[in-house]
Amino acid sequence: MKSAVIVFPGSNCDRDLAVGFETVLGSKPAMVWHAESELPAGTDLIGIPGGFSYGDYLRSGAMAARSPIMRAVAEAAGRGVPVIGICNGFQVLTETGLLPGALMRNAHLHFTCRNARLRVETSQSLFTQAYSTGEEISIPVAHHDGNYQADGETLDRLEGEGRVAFRYLDDVNGSARSIAGILNGQGNVLGMMPHPERALEPAHGGTDGRRLFEGLLETVA
Amino acid sequence: MKARVTIMLKNGVLDPQGKAIHHALGGLGFGGVEDVRAGKVIELDLADGTSEDEVDRMCRQLLANTVIENYSIETVD
Repeated sequence: MKSAVIVFPGSNCDRDLAVGFETVLGSKPAMVWHAESELPAGTDLIGIPGGFSYGDYLRSGAMAARSPIMRAVAEAAGRGVPVIGICNGFQVLTETGLLPGALMRNAHLHFTCRNARLRVETSQSLFTQAYSTGEEISIPVAHHDGNYQADGETLDRLEGEGRVAFRYLDDVNGSARSIAGILNGQGNVLGMMPHPERALEPAHGGTDGRRLFEGLLETVA
Repeated sequence: MKARVTIMLKNGVLDPQGKAIHHALGGLGFGGVEDVRAGKVIELDLADGTSEDEVDRMCRQLLANTVIENYSIETVD
């Protein structure tokens, strides 16, 4: 397995995600700087980490989405390489157009940092296959711009095609239809605001994020 | 030539920042405000020969997220 974690100026969960990949998948990911224009040959899993890329200038994820490496990420995603974007990574994926919709300022305007109860809406994806559909899990969130919005038609399509991966059980940030994570049409790109890499070991306060990585191991390894 | 790009959230898109400003104005005793929408203005100092069409492409590719935002361009000589 050859995974890669993309690092932007202002990323701050890149090392956590790298530890997650290494702990569960068994090999260290390549850390790929945003200014690179190519991924290491044979990359078969890409992680876009949380943080505040480019200081959230203009819009969260907007600058990062236009950095050179994201062209290579979009190309790899088009070939079916799994891509997971967490928190700021989700914002970057919507800004690149790899996922529909946008992440706006939390409706209550507060930065929210706590465990969030989620429902796994589908186990029919390579990211969620180690969970059961309908299962309730707890994963930390830490964001200011996590309020997922899209037009009604897009939301209907996401739901109709089984592309809502996770939903909040409580109102965390005002997201349309309580959406916490979505898949692209091909099912190989996942964006989610909660941080599964922060729930891998008992010392983290919970281990519900671990199975996301274990599911990837089944697919990619 | 300068271009001034005004970016606003589309109608119907919840604007929590505008709401907060509205609330704060109410707190200061300004009762005569029906609604507040917050946006941003970006000024571009353009090289000679840069067309408005090019500025439009800048808006679509970076300056505005057309999923949630509208933009308008005003050129100032």
